[in-house]
Amino acid sequence: MSETVLILGATSAIARATAAAFAARGDALYLASRDLDELQRSAADLRLRYGVEVRYGTFDAEAISTHEAFLQSVLAEMPNLSGVVLAFGYLGDQQAARDFKVGAKIIAANFTGAASILNYCANYFEPLQRGFIIGIASVAGDRGRQSNYVYGAAKGALSLYLQGLRNRLFASGVRVITIKPGFVDTAMTYGLPGLFLVASPQDIGERIVATLGKSADVVYLPWFWRYIMLIIKHIPESIFKRMKL
Amino acid sequence: MARLITELSGWGRYPVQTCELERPERYADLRSDAASLIARGQGRSYGDAALNENGRVLLTERVNRLLDFDVENGVLRAEAGATLADILEMIVGKDWFLPVTPGTKFVSLGGCVAADVHGKNHHHECSFGDHVVAIELILADASRVTCSASENSELFWATIGGMGLTGIIGEVTLKLIPIPTPYMMVRHYRADNLEQLFRLLQGQDSDDRYSVAWIDSMASGRHLGRGIAMCGHHADAEELPVDFRSPAQIKRSRAIPFDFPSFVLNPLSIAAFNALYFRREGAKQQPFISSYDSFFYPLDAIGNWNRLYGKRGFVQYQCVIPEATASDGIRKLLEELSDSHRPSFLAVLKRFGAQGKGLLSFPMAGYTLALDLPIRDDGLFMLLDKLDKIVLQHGGRVYLAKDARLAADSFRAMYPRYDEWLKIKHAVDPQNAFCSSLSRRLEIGGKTP
Repeated sequence: MSETVLILGATSAIARATAAAFAARGDALYLASRDLDELQRSAADLRLRYGVEVRYGTFDAEAISTHEAFLQSVLAEMPNLSGVVLAFGYLGDQQAARDFKVGAKIIAANFTGAASILNYCANYFEPLQRGFIIGIASVAGDRGRQSNYVYGAAKGALSLYLQGLRNRLFASGVRVITIKPGFVDTAMTYGLPGLFLVASPQDIGERIVATLGKSADVVYLPWFWRYIMLIIKHIPESIFKRMKL
Repeated sequence: MARLITELSGWGRYPVQTCELERPERYADLRSDAASLIARGQGRSYGDAALNENGRVLLTERVNRLLDFDVENGVLRAEAGATLADILEMIVGKDWFLPVTPGTKFVSLGGCVAADVHGKNHHHECSFGDHVVAIELILADASRVTCSASENSELFWATIGGMGLTGIIGEVTLKLIPIPTPYMMVRHYRADNLEQLFRLLQGQDSDDRYSVAWIDSMASGRHLGRGIAMCGHHADAEELPVDFRSPAQIKRSRAIPFDFPSFVLNPLSIAAFNALYFRREGAKQQPFISSYDSFFYPLDAIGNWNRLYGKRGFVQYQCVIPEATASDGIRKLLEELSDSHRPSFLAVLKRFGAQGKGLLSFPMAGYTLALDLPIRDDGLFMLLDKLDKIVLQHGGRVYLAKDARLAADSFRAMYPRYDEWLKIKHAVDPQNAFCSSLSRRLEIGGKTP
């Protein structure tokens, strides 16, 4: 049976690839982000390539007062909504985040905004006893490092939030999946030094959609990041604090 | 936007230059603050057309969406980063095909416009630009202009074949051709020498919508120019057997995993291969059914085939000689090549139809010869200079999309409409923001005086 999926933050490379992977299965889509021109282009592309129904609308993760009305407008257009992919994220500049105005924006975009919209989504799916929520967190949320700890803290909080949501929604049969991508070849990482084992967004998008057919709750993408992070998480803090990471 | 400074080359892997890459993902980011910029699609031009040494290169590969398709009239609008492969995947099932296609489908739409590419049907249907309905061009000041044969037509014909030097090609609207089936009806004709080959390419009997000739570049003397004319058209449903089942789709299944040592392709191995190929393909005298992939894109089945030529890369030399002097000119070129004892793994001869309106477009009525020449030593470049002289003496020109080494004065002599082009370039890009390693080498463009 085909799904109807809402993609939040649909203009990022990972989101676009995930949307394409859903469309390739024949699923209908609602694309949401701040950039309407981009959404219109991506929607046209998905319709032409895959012949599926694609709608789109404006969504601003940081404007939390608009989230409830936003979800209502999505449901008005697509009453069969069966799943949500939370794909927005904002890396920001860790150096600039020493000014908390910048840090607050990173937290608002990655965590507060995410918790807000997911709350409405969860409240919608729970009584229906169906649906799925896929949240894209990050390996950066597994351990705080000086190079990106504000982003990491927000993504780590998102992981924790998704974990709690999964626990709450288990009884009502709503699936909550946490995705933790490693390095992916996107605008966020383009040109950054020191990257290794960089995955393509297409590969990540296909694997995100494939998690629906599996039972895992927390998925590292590509898989080997689970073991890389296992090692990083087990470095004693007394040593870790001395490392330049 | 984040940038990546890296070594970059074209498909021929020569030259290799340091460029600063930028890779936008949004249409609105197809612009740049750089003083020197060239757009690059799939990097399938062979030489330095999509390089900008110590300057900015704007990768369009992520701005690749199909935007609109009028399935009744076969008109498609897409972002210029979309590849022909993306387009074919969507249109063939709806009984439409590309009006003109080069020998690989892994090229961007913008690249096809910028190089005004041609295909095997040039003698009937001209080049890519003749089928472009409109272009959205992004100028140096980031403003967007729609150009077509009727709107901003001067800028349009300066951009068709303009090697990306008038602006960033953002969107392209293309008129497609209808096809009865996705299959090709193909026939091979054998020619034992150049004269016979020319006769096949201009002959009424052997002519078809698509035609191209493979030449055994190692043959000399009375066999000089021996080869096989390969002709075909989109098969009608009646031409297919009633119980015809589609052959398995050609997928890019094999790739050259490493640079071949340069001794693999030597005169002996190429001569042996050519003799075998001549006999095997020449034996296909009866019409046969082919997939469009194996007819148009035989080399796409081998990923990274450019690695065959070894680490130093190769030069593809493609020129056109006008009709009147073609037979003499092509013969001289082949003789020069044969005398040089430099093996050309691939030699292709093709007939061109009328010249288009693109001011810097390559095709003109006549015959085009393409040669793949691995770089072994600098002697190759001396040979190519000799070939340039022959081309010039016969009133021909060299294809910029393949070029890595032509001299600026030769370019001027080969492209007589350059002055017309330059006026338009000066009007839209007075600071010469759009430039490439090729444009600097050939002294194309420059700031408005």
